[in-house]
Amino acid sequence: MNQIATPPKMINKPSKRMRIDLQLVADLVSPNTRVLDVGCGDGTLLSYLMGFKKVDARGLEISMSRVRSAVSQGLSVIQGNLETDLKDYPDGAFDYAILSQTLQATVHPQEVLGDLLRIAKRAIVSLPNFGHWRVRWALLVGGRMPMTSNLPDQWYNTPNIHLCTILDFVDLCKAMNIHIEKGFALSADGLKQNFSATGWFANLFSEQSVFVLTR
Amino acid sequence: MTPTSAPIPQTTATDPILGPMVVLAEPLVLQSGETLADVTMAYQTYGALNADKSNVIVLCHALTGDQFVCGQHPITGKRGWWDDSVGLGKVIDTNRYFVICANVLGGCLGSTGPKEINPATGRAWGLQFPVITIRDIVAAQAKLLDQLGIDKILCVVGGSMGAMQALEWAHRYPSRVFAAVPIAGSYRHSAQNIAFHEVGRQAIMADPEWSHGNYLEEGRVPKRGLAVARMAAHITYLSETALHRKFGRKLQDRSALTYGFDADFQVESYLRHQGYTFVDRFDANSYLYITRAMDYFDLASENGGVLANAFKGSSVRFCLVSFTSDWLFPTAESRAIVHALNAVAANVSFVEIESDKGHDAFLLDEPDFHQTLSGFINGCADAHGVAKA
Repeated sequence: MNQIATPPKMINKPSKRMRIDLQLVADLVSPNTRVLDVGCGDGTLLSYLMGFKKVDARGLEISMSRVRSAVSQGLSVIQGNLETDLKDYPDGAFDYAILSQTLQATVHPQEVLGDLLRIAKRAIVSLPNFGHWRVRWALLVGGRMPMTSNLPDQWYNTPNIHLCTILDFVDLCKAMNIHIEKGFALSADGLKQNFSATGWFANLFSEQSVFVLTR
Repeated sequence: MTPTSAPIPQTTATDPILGPMVVLAEPLVLQSGETLADVTMAYQTYGALNADKSNVIVLCHALTGDQFVCGQHPITGKRGWWDDSVGLGKVIDTNRYFVICANVLGGCLGSTGPKEINPATGRAWGLQFPVITIRDIVAAQAKLLDQLGIDKILCVVGGSMGAMQALEWAHRYPSRVFAAVPIAGSYRHSAQNIAFHEVGRQAIMADPEWSHGNYLEEGRVPKRGLAVARMAAHITYLSETALHRKFGRKLQDRSALTYGFDADFQVESYLRHQGYTFVDRFDANSYLYITRAMDYFDLASENGGVLANAFKGSSVRFCLVSFTSDWLFPTAESRAIVHALNAVAANVSFVEIESDKGHDAFLLDEPDFHQTLSGFINGCADAHGVAKA
């Protein structure tokens, strides 16, 4: 009789290899904490955090098919829009709120950032850097809106409506009294680069960055 | 498949057709303030209770459902209402889980309700039966589980009125419930839904055979009223798309309009059939009482007007499911529950399933829904340490 039943999917092991930048984010999370992954996709990072860090992991995702896939793996994910739904969560509900490569696609990035740090003690935010030399070069020489491996869309169909450079982001944090606890400069492939994540050098040579923010 | 018996306590009787029943040892104090003694609960179980009793799934049936979840129904001869989803190797796998479903208090398939005998008078209760609520329905289930020696529930699952019960379980008995899956439901019955119920009740009460609720005593059956109630309600369980796909404007056994009031259209014939088969298996007074229980349900107003208060500090894991074409319990209702649960940082999952089959989609073979349901329940069972099948 037992062979009739399909074996339940393993939820304690990540189903696929994670992007390198997600691995970096995962390494920043302490074990046995409460985490909200905002824009969690099909739950790759959540699944890893649950399995390897025994984290109380929750997710918010706008795509219904990805939510279905995440919930089907036994993950706690709801379908919703971060710009409206983050407001529901009470203050300090989580230890970490994670936002990967999404802030630049929000309508009100400042409010989103404020909400992340309201509902969690720490926010882990990753961003593409619009100040990278290739981007500057493409605009300077090509005279058209830049397209790179990190920013692959045309100006008219890109979801990224609030692109910024690293220095822009550092300025915003200052203006909002947000403390940058840690910062990592990353290559296009998500590999860590050995220079300050918040300086002019990173602003020119990092394709993306990851920041750990606190109030 | 044959239902496996739960451990049998002394108060259990067995009806030759309806199976096991338990008479509750303590009287039930109802939300209305009235007390109901010697409450009988008729129930069915599927699968086997494991040694540490950690694999219990409570299923809560909908308005006109009953305890016969899967396999052949002893009265209608048809498949149980969730035969697609519950059984060996199915979404809720009875190899792994011990599934229990009780006929609701106020129902008409063995549990105490208006068609049963009032011990005080020796006659059918009829309208002497006290008005019951979702809280009472769930309280009776909780007492049934007590008497069956079951304390903790791995997961309580229900669609429609069953979703109301699942929410009530999680609200009222959070320490007994590990997870709750309210499907296609709401935390309160909307004005539109109360309105539809009122149409149904008025149809029943307008039938002279109903006889002020005394039809059983007088050997009558308000068939027409109950059938009309069912016909009206049945429309709300479907969707315009589903009705159009199934029937369109197709004519029933005729090639031209008859210029009369026969069932010219297939959809009319279908509804009449739905109405008239329903009266053979359902009691009209039960229909009045159970629809009323749904109308009265409002978890927000019971908690100071703030739904989130109902789940403050809750450790229950929730999975809410809605269907895109369900206009009886639209997605917005489930989303309101999700917002409330987020407000107390509860552990919640929420999925809206794309389906054009309307409210009834939760009873049907919807692969996306089934995948979600099994993923959530199996995930809970893994987290709870329930042995795999």
